[in-house]
Amino acid sequence: MNINLTLIGQSFAFILFVWFCMRFVWPPIMGSLTERREKIASGLKAAQEAERQLELARKQIKKMLTSAREDARQLAEEADMRAVQIIEDAKKKAHEESERMLRLAQAEIDLNIVRAREELRDKLGVIVFSGVKKIVEKEVDQKTHQQFIKELTAKL
Amino acid sequence: MATNAQTAGDYIRHHLVNLTYGKLPADYTRADGSVLAEEQWVFATSAREASDMGFMALHIDTLGFSFLLGVLFLGFFWVMGRRATAGEPTLMQNIVEATVEFVEDNIKTTFAHPNALIAPLSLTLFVWILLMNLMDLVPVDWLPWTAQQFGVHYLKVVPTTDVNNTLGLSVTVFALIIYYNMRIKGTRKFFAELAFHPFPKYLFPVNLFLEGINLFAKPVSLALRLFGNLYAGEMVFILIAALIPFWLQWTLSLPWAIFHILIIVLQAFIFMILSIVYLGQAHK
Repeated sequence: MNINLTLIGQSFAFILFVWFCMRFVWPPIMGSLTERREKIASGLKAAQEAERQLELARKQIKKMLTSAREDARQLAEEADMRAVQIIEDAKKKAHEESERMLRLAQAEIDLNIVRAREELRDKLGVIVFSGVKKIVEKEVDQKTHQQFIKELTAKL
Repeated sequence: MATNAQTAGDYIRHHLVNLTYGKLPADYTRADGSVLAEEQWVFATSAREASDMGFMALHIDTLGFSFLLGVLFLGFFWVMGRRATAGEPTLMQNIVEATVEFVEDNIKTTFAHPNALIAPLSLTLFVWILLMNLMDLVPVDWLPWTAQQFGVHYLKVVPTTDVNNTLGLSVTVFALIIYYNMRIKGTRKFFAELAFHPFPKYLFPVNLFLEGINLFAKPVSLALRLFGNLYAGEMVFILIAALIPFWLQWTLSLPWAIFHILIIVLQAFIFMILSIVYLGQAHK
């Protein structure tokens, strides 16, 4: 157990090492540790926040779903009403159309009747005149009676 | 590894001598019989020469190994510190950070004052002493035998089994204790603490004596505790190697090595934690 200069040498080495450690080793390691600690802390905080947001989003979704369902229901109802309306309108229009066509047909018929009657009247006049002519062939002067027949035809 | 030419006693004594480089006085008769004409710095060739060198000697093995280990430790931590990222740490980074956090936790629980020196000091103490102690687990003859092949006759590989090493550490810590006592408390209050306690003021010589012992016991106990534990541990390894046939040695050296791991870590820890405690007291 000889005590000698080694003791002083060791002290110097020790002081040198402590200085080096203090200057170059401890700060960067501590720095990265602190930085990681903060990172983890903020990460945890972010995770918590995200969870909260998720919960909020879930609630929002629920709300939106409910309102969407309500909207859909209303839309369907409106569509139903609309369909009924359309059918009613169509029915009404069809009815009107048929009436109109009926009226047209009736008018045509009436016109034809008038025309036929006119024709009939003309023909009947001729027939009557020829009949009368046959009857009174001999005694009747065609010229005098022409006037008479005309008057008769007009009366028809 | 006691050979025929060497008795067990020689073997053990041989293992307890440091590689000493020191000054021998003029007219000194060396181990080989030659006489020095004038005082001279030489490597000791015997235990007697080493002790005759007195204070003017250096233990090259202690200084070399401890310096090497210190450089290894700081180099590794320095590189890891430079590479350290706040992201996912690598295994090596984890080891470094775990050590740093271990030291920091210990400081937080025992040292309640703001001090930028205490943490790096404790880290250096702990890891450096741990590495120096770990040299004890290298089989006792490997390095000395290898050195012998290169003509180096003495080599003690465990720096902490050299009292110069442990005293070097504890004296430095002691200097810091005195420094902080003076700086934080002021010289007057520091003196008052030593002189006016535990007995009344008029008994201050007694107080001074008691408190002085108390104060100086700190570095001495620090140094001797570490030295004693490691020296004894190394001694057991040497005894096993010296007295038991080589094919049976493992039955004792293995259990002792396993047990010794505990001592290695524990002593490094104790040295660190007591240094923190003493420096903490200096701050109160």
